[in-house]
Amino acid sequence: MSARSWIAGFVILLALGPVLLPEFHITLLNYIGLYALVALGLVLLTGVGGLTSFGQAAFVGIGAYTTAYLTTTDGLPDMVAWLGVSPWLTLPASVLMTMAVAALLGLLTLRLSGHYLPLGTIAWGISLYYLFGNVSFLGGHTGVSGIPALSLLGVDFKSGRNFYYLIWAVVLAALWATQNLLDSREGRAIRALKGGAVMAEAMGVDTARSKLVIFLIAAAFAAVSGWLYAHMQRFVNPTPFGLHIGIEYLFMAVIGGAGQVWGALVGAGLITILKQWLQDTLPGVFGASGNFEIIVFGLLMIFVLHRARDGLWPVIVKLLPARTVRREVGATDPLPLRTKPAPGTLLLDVKDAVKTFGGLTANNRMSLSVKAGEILALIGPNGAGKSTLFNLITGVDPPTSGEVSFLGGRIDGMAARDIARLGMSRTFQHVRLLSAMSVLENVAIGAHLRGRRGVGAAALHLERAEERRLLAESARQIERVGLAEQKFEPAGSLALGQQRTVEIARALAADPALLLLDEPAAGLRYLEKQALADLLRRLRDEGMGILLVEHDMDFVMGLADHVVVMEFGEKIAEGLPEEVQGNPDVIEAYLGGVD
Amino acid sequence: MEQPMILEVADLRVGYGKVEALHHVSLKVRAGEIVTVIGPNGAGKTTLLSAIMGLLPRRSGSVTFLGSAPGEIEVERMVAMGMTLVPEKRELFGEMSVEDNLLLGAFMRRRLGHRDDAATMAEVYGIFPRLKERREQLAGTLSGGERQMLAVGRALMAKPKLLMLDEPSLGLAPLIVREIFHVLGRLRKTGVAILLVEQNARAALQVADYGYVLETGEIALAGSSAELRDNPRVVESYLGFGGKH
Amino acid sequence: MDLQIALLLGQDGIVNGAIYALLALALVLVFAVTRVIFIPQGEFVAFGALTLASFQAGKVPGTLWLLVGMGVAIAAIEIGIALRNGTLRRLTSALGWNLAYPAVAAAVVLLGQPGSWSLALQVVLALALVVPLGPMVYRLAYQPLQSASVLVLLIVSVAVHLTLVGLGLLFFGAEGSRTPAFSDASFDWGGVMVTGQTLWVVGASAALIVVLYLFFERSLWGKALRATAINRTGARLMGISTTQAGKLSFVLAAAIGALSGILIAPITTVYYDTGFIIGLKGFVGAIVGGMASYPIAAAGAILVGLLESFSSFWASAFKEVIVFTLIIPVLIWRSLTTRHVEEEE
Repeated sequence: MSARSWIAGFVILLALGPVLLPEFHITLLNYIGLYALVALGLVLLTGVGGLTSFGQAAFVGIGAYTTAYLTTTDGLPDMVAWLGVSPWLTLPASVLMTMAVAALLGLLTLRLSGHYLPLGTIAWGISLYYLFGNVSFLGGHTGVSGIPALSLLGVDFKSGRNFYYLIWAVVLAALWATQNLLDSREGRAIRALKGGAVMAEAMGVDTARSKLVIFLIAAAFAAVSGWLYAHMQRFVNPTPFGLHIGIEYLFMAVIGGAGQVWGALVGAGLITILKQWLQDTLPGVFGASGNFEIIVFGLLMIFVLHRARDGLWPVIVKLLPARTVRREVGATDPLPLRTKPAPGTLLLDVKDAVKTFGGLTANNRMSLSVKAGEILALIGPNGAGKSTLFNLITGVDPPTSGEVSFLGGRIDGMAARDIARLGMSRTFQHVRLLSAMSVLENVAIGAHLRGRRGVGAAALHLERAEERRLLAESARQIERVGLAEQKFEPAGSLALGQQRTVEIARALAADPALLLLDEPAAGLRYLEKQALADLLRRLRDEGMGILLVEHDMDFVMGLADHVVVMEFGEKIAEGLPEEVQGNPDVIEAYLGGVD
Repeated sequence: MEQPMILEVADLRVGYGKVEALHHVSLKVRAGEIVTVIGPNGAGKTTLLSAIMGLLPRRSGSVTFLGSAPGEIEVERMVAMGMTLVPEKRELFGEMSVEDNLLLGAFMRRRLGHRDDAATMAEVYGIFPRLKERREQLAGTLSGGERQMLAVGRALMAKPKLLMLDEPSLGLAPLIVREIFHVLGRLRKTGVAILLVEQNARAALQVADYGYVLETGEIALAGSSAELRDNPRVVESYLGFGGKH
Repeated sequence: MDLQIALLLGQDGIVNGAIYALLALALVLVFAVTRVIFIPQGEFVAFGALTLASFQAGKVPGTLWLLVGMGVAIAAIEIGIALRNGTLRRLTSALGWNLAYPAVAAAVVLLGQPGSWSLALQVVLALALVVPLGPMVYRLAYQPLQSASVLVLLIVSVAVHLTLVGLGLLFFGAEGSRTPAFSDASFDWGGVMVTGQTLWVVGASAALIVVLYLFFERSLWGKALRATAINRTGARLMGISTTQAGKLSFVLAAAIGALSGILIAPITTVYYDTGFIIGLKGFVGAIVGGMASYPIAAAGAILVGLLESFSSFWASAFKEVIVFTLIIPVLIWRSLTTRHVEEEE
């Protein structure tokens, strides 16, 4: 059975629900839908993006309280009073209010290392809960009642059965949009956040922006859930928006399968039903009343993280017959190319660059330049400071002093992604691929800057034409480096040498004027080295400038037009390959004995 | 008479995820012997040392250290039995003093009940007087050469039976490399077995008794240092610029 | 507000701040050594206080059953592993700590009538029950995930917190407890009444901080813990087991938590879930210290105590809001001073 028919079957079952099931089950399914919407936001945030929030319940609360306040308060100022006329008008208000709060919190915490965000969310999850309970215009701990019911085109949503359709239509739409978003240019950038941030920045992705985007989407889903909740219950109080509920939302996402959109449904369903059952049985078992279900939830969570860290959805999928998706890219018009500088133009100019770490000088007054249509090799023994120089040129680590210019403009101190935009692309000495993603998708990240369409278009899949062109370009680069056979394999399953080659394809997908390669031949076999050398010669002949860091002298000598030799962070020689080879300092650096 | 076997690696396979980095690697080190593993970057030399030490899980094959049982593969066990590694990145405790770094080198010996760390520290200071001058200083403020001395000194504090070094010459001036290699030669005479991974093949083959050439995760060549120094393939790939010297 | 009230609030704030400082130090320690953000720290505060209260009420504390239960679970796991690897000879110490020790503890609690003991001995027994729970929690929940990311460990922490809070409710009920003061003395210092318990809390906290300082600066294991925190690989190469270091840091954190609970139990009524909020305030202190600096974390925690005490006077309904909002300016400051794209592990 195809994925499509599974989904169709699921939707039909959902649609039949109210016809077949008793009221109690409908109510339960309504809650599952509301929770799944919040959990879906967390799937995007935690499972895909590697960020975590324990405070989603507070976002649900802001959404619910915003509409509750606007639709029940008399005598609001004219500026906002019109919103109270219909609950449909408060939907955007709820979402915008929540997103505004999320934007503020996101800007504060997202730039910090991973654990500050969840810790921050715990703190403001508690703060907002106390705020809801202590602010008199929100009804204090008694809450707000008399929230109007929804109605649309004469159909009212007072009954749980009618509301069921509304909730599940929203949930399915959100699932669809999220799935679409992940399968797009913006989606690849989001998927690179977990474990590939440095690489993504080097390919021009603004990772801080991507993080904020998913944080805002998660908040928006929570707000919609809150808005629905307020109009379904027609009453709100602080209880369902406390920290413990926020923790439950995260558990739903993690137990279901934090990397998968369908995991949100599985997790929300499982936790909601389990909670119901535990709340009925545990007090009898323990002979006392209290929310003992948290003991079971805690243990279940620990067990899942020990045994199935990716949640239950991947376990379910494994039970189904395996399918490899081989979605061939159809013919399409190629992406426009950058206007390349004429051969001989000065591309990169490093002057007196110095880099110190603590007391160590890793680069001391290094200078070099690369022209279009030239291969410059930077060689030297391990530990000579070549990779440091590379990081300083590409903006990963700015120089302590000195100048770096690219195409006539200063780039030292610029962010890696802005340097990438100017037409410089690189590979990494330690391969940085997203091992679970296909080779094609990995290479497509390299073409990130050649696409324009944003998150909204991606969610609605309005960017398919551009997406096809990006994938076609990526496929072309993969063929060029000779890996066409492996296009749809997960990048992590390739041999190390092939993974290095994928790195080159990814750099080429950016259509760079200058290509920086950090030890591309390391780990390659003899024939693979020959093929790589041929490819680099072709690129040079097409007018590309190439800066090559290498340790393998043989590889360099047959290939480079110009060589710079480093030792102890300094330039000890430069010139034509044969000149450098005869230089006594170089011989000593490379071949020095100990006697 | 042949010296007793200290380390025997047989048919070792190691991988990360789906990728295999070492395929069926075998090697031997005897007491009082310096064995070197040379090879290009990315061949798997660091992976080999990490797997022997127990820092990386092995896929198959065995590592027998002084007759250890095959199931015993934790780093702590290896250290307790007398194996130490001076890693490529040094892995010093930067925010602690030189003396504390040395003291922690004897951590396992202290736990096993030996109380001779003061004497060993005096020996280490004898070998590297520079460390004694800097003993109150934080390790993070040392120069590159001093860091390497501290890394070697810290390893010596464990009174190892097998000392493994990963690229000790990395980023160091020739004078300091000479000093460190000189120390290795002296250690060998006291019966310590040394496994040396080096990029500087010439220097390595000068001090070593036996050598292995590791290429793309496999042992491509093995032989006494003298044999390897004369092997045309080694000469071409590791001892000269494309055979022109 | 006159000076009298200000001094009173200040005294309150310093007492609470001293406790928060202890917890903040434990949190920084556990995070540095194991990368675990130890949310359940607060539960050890509640367990310490409520276990002592149980003894005083002549009841058997539920923490005893938790000790026995976790001991049995760990013993079962260790036996399973030993059978699989054929390393049975290494089981002795594991079985001793996880079966024999809880059995002895149970015998003492059930047969020794601790209700009639002196306060000091009751305190020792309460610590003997609660402190081993720390390394046991480490063994069961965290040790199998040693290589997991900070994020996964954080989620586990939240799960452990939930489980322990639920168990706390089961063991001690929803009613709170207060224990008698260690000392009934009170002093009049320049018109301000200072109670003996206040001096106990501040004095004990200060003493504990000195002991911790000496432990880290002078002892081999203290240095080993620091070494693990600075460079895990380096420490492993010295033979310092990550697991041992983790367990040791959890022993210290559990001891600090339980002792804090015992110190505050005479001042405030402790409920099964009180620990969480207390622990989080220690957290705010730890975050002020960037989860890395012990002195700044301690100073931050005392600031939290003072802020709390003064805001309870001016705006008591918003006390918690104000305390937890304190981390916002701290985060802004940290965010402005960090400029780095970080790689998730």
